[in-house]
Amino acid sequence: MNSRLTRFLPYLVVGLLALFPLVESTFYLQLLTKVLIMAIFAMSLDLLVGYTGLVSFGHAAYFGLAGYALALMTPGYEAVSLWWSLPAAIAICALFALITGMLVLRTRGIYFIMVTMAFAQMLYFVFHDTKLGGGSDGAYIYAKPSMKLGDVELVNLEKPAQFYWLVLFLMAATYALLQRILGSSFGRALLGIKVNEHRMRALGFPVFRYQLASFTLAGSLAGISGYLAAMQYGFVNPEILSWHQSGAVLMMVILGGMGTLYGAVIGSFAFIMLQEVLSNQAWFGAWAKHWQLAMGILIMLVALYLPQGLAGLFARFRSKPMPESADE
Amino acid sequence: MNERPAVSGEPILRTKSLSKRFGGLVAVSDISLDLHVGEVHVVIGPNGAGKTTLTNLLSGDLLPTSGQVMFGGRDIAGCSSDQISRLGIGRSYQKTNIFLPFTVFENARLAAQSRTPHALKVFSRAADFAEINQRAEAALEAAGLTQRAGRVAATLSHGEQRQLEIAMCLATQPRVLLLDEPLAGMGPHESQRMVELIKSLTADHAIMLIEHDMDAVFALAHRLTVMVNGEVLESGTPAAVRSSPAVQLAYLGGEELLHD
Repeated sequence: MNSRLTRFLPYLVVGLLALFPLVESTFYLQLLTKVLIMAIFAMSLDLLVGYTGLVSFGHAAYFGLAGYALALMTPGYEAVSLWWSLPAAIAICALFALITGMLVLRTRGIYFIMVTMAFAQMLYFVFHDTKLGGGSDGAYIYAKPSMKLGDVELVNLEKPAQFYWLVLFLMAATYALLQRILGSSFGRALLGIKVNEHRMRALGFPVFRYQLASFTLAGSLAGISGYLAAMQYGFVNPEILSWHQSGAVLMMVILGGMGTLYGAVIGSFAFIMLQEVLSNQAWFGAWAKHWQLAMGILIMLVALYLPQGLAGLFARFRSKPMPESADE
Repeated sequence: MNERPAVSGEPILRTKSLSKRFGGLVAVSDISLDLHVGEVHVVIGPNGAGKTTLTNLLSGDLLPTSGQVMFGGRDIAGCSSDQISRLGIGRSYQKTNIFLPFTVFENARLAAQSRTPHALKVFSRAADFAEINQRAEAALEAAGLTQRAGRVAATLSHGEQRQLEIAMCLATQPRVLLLDEPLAGMGPHESQRMVELIKSLTADHAIMLIEHDMDAVFALAHRLTVMVNGEVLESGTPAAVRSSPAVQLAYLGGEELLHD
């Protein structure tokens, strides 16, 4: 692929995706909406795993927290305004990520994995064992948030197509934001920390502060996806905080290819499509119930034969090594 | 061979009774030494003498058990390695410690970036800071790596990686350079270049050099400290150290080094 095409490609993909509701308006539109929401989630984790060298196994904490935040901010059967509830959900996630980050970033490697998981599980049990969010039954969100300007309804999120466009916009915005940040001095420092943390410290970089900033940003962006997911289903329960969810998003990142950003988008698409196909009873009969078994085998095959994930397939057509030498 | 007298005046960096214990092992014991701008202070000693531990204590990679490191009028013992780097003390590593997947230029650029308050600008492209790019280029040029700027660091020869190690150190614009065996594993030609590079840096920097290559040691040293078992055996001008009977016995191995 030449560089002009690579630069143009994201716009083309978003443009084509924007046309999708004109073709299909029911089941597949909802499925694609889900893919795009998970893509935001996966990109936020890729910032940690692929660009900062921090393998978090508790990223669902921020996803679930934002979902619960929306459920708790929605007053009964009335809609809450998106204008303040989305920023509020993001702020809650940012604050929680900042606080947990200060603690978990004192550990490394396997301990980091365990401690991030422990924090997510703590949150899981807070919502599971208290009445705060309806306990283990969860809570309904009866009305989707409103987007009004004065008295005029700008976007009606009850309409699947309009909700889809909002999700697509936020996904594209997240991609653009991360792309921008990762190309900055800050982003370069994060990559340096991923490659050689010790040397970064010796060069005078306050590594902890950079990692904390990255961790907080990742948690905030995961909050956007959790908010949208809760909105799509109109329902939250403790499972959205569980380590299964943290594991699923990690698999999306690995499947797509760590440290590429667009790989996270491809990964969430592939993961959700595989899940749909493998759990299809018409095709796989009784095996459909055990779709996770087949998924596990597929993930292993990717790890073995495509260590750079699906994005690695694309990268093979590029002459330059990626992404470190992207410009110079 | 350098026989000019040591620079007089205040040392830029001075250690006072610096010690490091690992459990029962005393790796560095009661070391007091001075570094002056314009001087190369070479530390020699057999393997396990505590030379690298001493470097780690000065660079903040290790915390001293006791003693002081005076720099700029204050005790910096206990500061973290990134704080010490920002104070203006740069180090290179005995075992090459660079960013292997990055280009040579990006290695130097990151090092230069660490010196700038713009480092946290998150929305401007990293490649757009002309000042940082210039500093990186200057450091690569000083280390003789300009021709290699576009190469991925992992593909460099061992000697070139050692040069990059120094270039990164220089890009952080330190006043004190702690060089831990920069010639390790280098061929004679590469070694000669490195010696010339260190010589050219002497005027503006205070340099502590750990080295085994005796030709390089005596070509560069203004002061020489011999360490054995974590302690200073002898310290002074190269000539004085050479003629010390204790050093001849314990380390330099007698006649041949005395009259080369």
